[in-house]
Parts: sequence; structure tokens; C-alpha cells
Amino acid sequence: MATDSIANKAAVVGVGCCKFGENWDKSPSDMIVDAAYEAYADAGIEKPQEEIEAVFTGSLYSMAGPHECSDALKLFDIPVTMVSNYCATGTEALRCAVMSVASGLYDTVLVVGYDKPKDRGVSGPSVMLDGVRSLPKTPAGWFSLCAATYFEKYGAGREDLARIAVKNHHNGTLAPNSFLKREITIEEALAGRMISWPFGLYDCAAQTDGAAAAVIMRADLAQARRDDAVLIKGVTIKSGPNPQKDPDNDFLSWKPTAWAAQEVYAMAGITDPTSQIDVAQLHDCFTLTELLSYEDLGFCEKGSAPEHIRSGRFELGGELPVNTDGGLKAFGHPTGATGVRMVYENVLQLQGRAEGRQVKGATTALSHNIGGHPTVCGIAILGLP
Amino acid sequence: MKPSESPGCPGIRRYGAYIPPTRLGLGAMGGRKASEGGPEKAVAWNDEDTLTLAVAAGRSCLLGFDRSRVDALIFASTTSPFQEKQAAALIARALDLPRDVRGTDLGGTLRAGTTAFAIAADAVKAGSSRNVLVIASDCRMGAPGSALEANLGDGAAAFLISDEEVLAEIEGHHSISDEIVDVWRSGGDAFSHSWEDRFVIQEGYTPRIREAVDAMLNKLEISPDEIARYALYAPDKRSHAQISRALGLDPAKVQDPLFGRLGNTGVAFAPMQLAAALEDAEPGERIVVASYGDGAETLSLKVTPGAAAFAPPRGLSWHLARRRSVEQYDHYLQARGLTPREWSPAEGPGLSATIHFRERDDDISFRGQSCKACGALQFPAQRVCESCFARDAFEPECLSDRIGRVVTYTFDYFFPSPDPPTVVCVVDIGGARVHLQVTDCPPEDVKIGMEVEFSFRRIHEAGGRPNYFWKGIPRG
Repeated sequence: MATDSIANKAAVVGVGCCKFGENWDKSPSDMIVDAAYEAYADAGIEKPQEEIEAVFTGSLYSMAGPHECSDALKLFDIPVTMVSNYCATGTEALRCAVMSVASGLYDTVLVVGYDKPKDRGVSGPSVMLDGVRSLPKTPAGWFSLCAATYFEKYGAGREDLARIAVKNHHNGTLAPNSFLKREITIEEALAGRMISWPFGLYDCAAQTDGAAAAVIMRADLAQARRDDAVLIKGVTIKSGPNPQKDPDNDFLSWKPTAWAAQEVYAMAGITDPTSQIDVAQLHDCFTLTELLSYEDLGFCEKGSAPEHIRSGRFELGGELPVNTDGGLKAFGHPTGATGVRMVYENVLQLQGRAEGRQVKGATTALSHNIGGHPTVCGIAILGLP
Repeated sequence: MKPSESPGCPGIRRYGAYIPPTRLGLGAMGGRKASEGGPEKAVAWNDEDTLTLAVAAGRSCLLGFDRSRVDALIFASTTSPFQEKQAAALIARALDLPRDVRGTDLGGTLRAGTTAFAIAADAVKAGSSRNVLVIASDCRMGAPGSALEANLGDGAAAFLISDEEVLAEIEGHHSISDEIVDVWRSGGDAFSHSWEDRFVIQEGYTPRIREAVDAMLNKLEISPDEIARYALYAPDKRSHAQISRALGLDPAKVQDPLFGRLGNTGVAFAPMQLAAALEDAEPGERIVVASYGDGAETLSLKVTPGAAAFAPPRGLSWHLARRRSVEQYDHYLQARGLTPREWSPAEGPGLSATIHFRERDDDISFRGQSCKACGALQFPAQRVCESCFARDAFEPECLSDRIGRVVTYTFDYFFPSPDPPTVVCVVDIGGARVHLQVTDCPPEDVKIGMEVEFSFRRIHEAGGRPNYFWKGIPRG
């Protein structure tokens, strides 16, 4: 096991995020340019063709990411790499950028996460078939498999999930670039049409188009560029077994989250996440995924999430606000962009730029992606120096 | 034993039948409300077809029998999902029969089921085959609103023909081929058609059945009073009553044709009647089977003293009692693909034939593997053990006859279905976890820990072809 760590070797000096939504009138190129040029401006980069040394782009739906990105931004004669790791694609792109800077290969690199699912003519994920026996693939059908077991063991129910949707819808109204800006009630959330029990429409993330970008710089150079550069204190990706055939799965948590948390907390020197993390962006592809993540990340004891949800602990103004910009539920979920969008929100929070949704005095922020069946988790911890 | 050393008379060694659990009330056709307890018919649902019914009947027939001893399979049907591609090869794979089984598809006529018996009996008699599995299965459709639609039902029956452990000897058979356009279905047509029933009965059905029965009895020198039971095909209830009268049969000797409960199951009709007769028959009884289609065919069987040694695990009465009613006629039309849909799975590019080829043991035979190093059972076959990481050290294990336990579940409203939601479960099968659908089970009955058995089903129609996998069904 290598002893050197990528912790604290790279920093975010600029972030950008286009408006997420059903961007009928925008191409992937339009969204990439919007996000990257906002990040350039934030980082004080005036000549990206001279300053950006490499690009790490992440997309789940595009087969042409490297060229789509380099052509949109006219970044040539440098390496442009696309990564794909299910819904953790954005965090994976960030991790690759951090590794490249930490290794000493580059000083300044660009991370671009994006996806354009709304060009496919379907609402929500399409029903896909990729093998004879594979059921048509609906993520709701995979992520709901923890519900019957969790409900039975801990006495939770659909109303606990609905409270998460209500919170994230509220937070979404406060974020300028979010897709959904509408408050909902618990009753509305419970009355939505059923997708895959117990997930109704309001338990499911809004699939949207979108792009987000971040300029990553060697930590010492970043401090010289701006005194509020945000350090990447830890970032990791962990694979996990397919939970549907894992013989030991208890369907009360998603294993990769706990594994990734253990490693990233060690990297970032976090020994008590409940007191050391001030704000978190969690992967609420479905309400239950956010609930399980509270527990798998150590924000509360296994089985206790419903009582913490009811206490308002994860709401804005609570002890540990989660998904301050509305999350996947309300901000939108363009798969490859999501992890980078979370970095965008956490940087705004740490720099005190989150306006009406600002978490006061936040110094450490966590972002979390989980994807696949789920079979992968990515976590990044950002902090002020 | 060499073939020349087995002079025994060929006959039925084992048998089994299958009726799909769904019932369509005849009153529900045309949008009326079906009266509970009124006449109905058995219908294959959207995850069933002629092949899945055939596999279910075949499994019932072979339960507890060493499948490696089956050396021929004759599949008889007019509704194979394929016009070109052998159904018997797929059924053999689903039943985990040996590779060198001789597969044959018989079709084209409604008497193909009894023809399969005759061919099997001849093959056993000639010594070229020792254990021939005969499966008759049909899922015919009449056009919505037609008289045929009300009459036709779906079902299957399977028989193992051998000269060992025979329950009923096949004493003889007789066949007549005749050219008549009475019932037909042209290529590309989803529906069977019939000429005016009075013509069919007067010039086809009644005289041909009588002719074939008389000829066989003459040939075998059997007098009618030596016959205990008649298993007779009939296009409908009225013609069944007429043939009994025309042959002068004692109604007590004639099997209940099950119109109003099952319906006319086509190629499987006479074989299912025979299965019902065998369930009740006493040793020494003689059963005459008659089927009709472009001529007629008759069989004479004599029940042996060994008959008491075998009973199918689930008889026809069990299948008739297991029923759920279709709530709306429209659901039936959707289940049978008779209503246009906005999104059709058949319009997709379809599945790779090479993937289907590589996964045929997993998908069709439901074959998993057990690790030679740690013993863990797993599905599907994979190179590195899920539990102990040993590489390439596995024994294949067929999972289809095992019992599973529901670990967790969801109800998927997204999955295309005529009556959503679709029950999807993770099932534990002896330590192997398998993600699959559970069918023939209302969502409110699903519980963690519920035991399931497995059933070969049509899983989707991607690419316009039927694709099959196993589903859980509540343990019967």
C-alpha cells in the first residue's frame, strides 16, 4: 500500500455550472462553454489555451466526450481524457484531475462533467435491455431494493422518504441554476404516481441536461492565486459487488459508501463526521439513497435516520444541512455533471457565496456520488486551508 | 440393455400437464363484466407462450426422473413462436436434456399431438429410442369477438414414451389424412379461422373421427364394450356432445371436455384429455384417444398394473383449481399483443445473438455453479468465485428445481406489463442471490422470506423475438 496521499495537494481555484434543466435549445457544447468559462472567470484565467494543461471530462451518455469537450473549448495540443464511472462519473473526473496535479505532472487542469439525456425523447431513464435475462434496467427498480428490508427492520415508511423530497424541493428554490423551483408538501410527495415501490415520482431525481466545471491547481500555486482557494482534502472512489448477487448483502445499506467514507475520512483527518463536516451534498438519486447515505457516512447510527430527518437536522438551518442546492432531486441530475455540480455548490458554501442557502461558517464540505446497481461510490471532501 | 433385448410394448412411462393460471371469463369479451363462476377459458399471460407451457408440462412429467435418459423429444404444436427455428432444441435446453437428444417439431395440424405419440411408440418399438418425451402445447387465438376466441384455451401435456415402467401400453394407433379446408391459419395471420361449423361437423369432424375409431378397433380386434374411457378432441362443446351420440358412447365413459373451464387447447386437447383419464384410470382399463385435423387419428391404450406407482405431482384438477381472473378484457388483449402500444419492445434493435448464445446455459437451463474450493453456490456462471475468489473451479448446478427465498422486493411500475406493477425480487437459492421477476403472484402476497419455485417464462420481446428466462412463482 502506497503511503503517499493525494490529500491537500490540489485546490479548486474556480467553479462554474450552467443552468440545469430540459435545455432543449442548448447543445452539449453550449453547456460546456457556459460552465467552463464561468470557472475560468472565477479562477481568473484569461487565456485558457495557454493555462489549461489537461482536461478530465466525465460523461455517461456521450461516446464522444474528449472531442466534444476539446472542440467546444478549443483546447488543443493537450491531453483531453474522458472518464465514466456510472453516477460517480463527476467525482471520478475530479479524482483523476487531483491525481494528475498531485503527481507533479500538471499545475493547472480543467474538470468538466456533463450530460445531455434530454435529447433521447424519453422522460426519466429509458428502459434498456443489454442481455437476455437482464430485466429492463430501471434504476428505481435497483435502488428500491433496500426499502422493504429497511422498512421492515426499522419501522420506517414512505413519509420518512417524503420529508427528504420536501427538503430538497425547498432548497432547490434557493439555487439560481436549479431545475425545479417549487415547494412541495408531504401530501403531494406521497400522492405522486408510483414508479417502483416505494418510490413515487417525488422520490426520484429529476433527470436533466447540464454541465459543471472546476479549475484544479497545485495547492501552493492556488494559495498564491486566491486566498480562499478551496483545498481538496480527500477524494476517493470505491467499487462494490453487484448488490443483486452479493451473497452477504443485507439490503440495509449500500456497501461502497461505507468503504469510501472510511478511506476519505482518513485522508482528510476526519474522526467525527458529525462535528467536523459542516455541509454535505449527497447522492439523492432516490430519497431512500439519501437516507441510507446519512447512516453509511456516519452522520447518524444505522436505523436512526428517520428520527434525524424528523428533527430537521439535515435541513438548512439544521446541524448538518444536506443538499443545500436541491440535490439531484431538484437541482437536476445530468449524470456526468452531478459530482462536479456538488463541488461547485460546496465551493460556494465554503467561500460564503451561497446567498439564501448559505450555511454559516462552513469550513469543511462533503460531496458523495453512488452509481451503478449501485456498484461504485465516490466521495470528495473540500475545506478551507 | 440393447434395443433388441427390449421386446416390451411401448407405452406411457410418466406424464404431466400444465394449464396457465389466468382465466378469461367468456362474459368479459366485448367489454362486458364477467360473472364469477360463469364460463371461462385458460389463457397464457404475457410472460407465457406455447414454449413456456411446454416446458412446464415437461418438467411436471420428468420431476424425479433422470433426465440424461431422455433420448428424443417431439414437440407438437401449431403455435410455435418460431416459423423457422426449432422449438424442441430450446425446450430441451430448458429441461436440461442431454445434448444428443433427437429433437423434432411437429406442427401444421391439430392432430400433431397424437401423431407424436404414434411416432414415439414406433421409435421405441423399433429400438431406435428408449425414452421419448412427447410434448403437445398450443396457444391459439381467434380474432377478438369471434366464436373461435370464446372456444380456444391454452394448455400443454407431456408424456414419456418408453418400454420400461409403462403405466399404459400403446396397443395401436390409426391415422387418416384428408384434405379439407375447415380450420386454418395462413402464414403471418395471428388468428385461426373456421368455415361454417355445420359443414365442419357434418363433413369433417364427425365422419373422420368415427372412421378412425372404427378402423382402429377393427385392426386391434377390440369391441366397444372393452373400452373404459374415451379422450376425445372436439372443436366445441356442441360437437363433442354430437360425436358421443354418433358413436353411441356411454356418457360416463367420456372424459369431461372442460369447455367453459379450459377451452379447446388445439394440439394439446386430446393429450390433455388422456392425461385426465390416466389420473383416474384403474389397471386393466382401456382408453381410446381420438384427435382431429386434416383427417383423424386414434390411439388405444391399456392401463397396466404399474399405473398406481406414478401420479403427476400436480394433476389437471390442481391446475384447474389454481386460477386468477382477468379483470379487464383490455388487459387480455395487451397480454396477447393485440393492442398497439406507444412503445413496443419489438421495435428495439434486439439482443445480440452472440450474447444469447454464450448465456444459453444461464438463461435457458438456469444453470449456476458451485465452487469446488468453498462450496458456495452462485449464479450466473462466472470465472472467479464470489465468496473465496478461487478461479475456474466450479461444478455446474441446475437451479430450476430448487426452492428460493425472497430476500427483498420492489414493485416496478415502469416495466412494460398489461397489468402493472411487476414484482421484482432478489431471491436466495441455497446461498446464490438471483435478481428476477416473480410472477403468478399479486403484489400484496409478496413477503420477505416467502418461498418461491421457478418457472420458465418469456421475459421480453426485444428485437421482435421472444426472449426467455426463469421467474419465481409462489411455492405451490
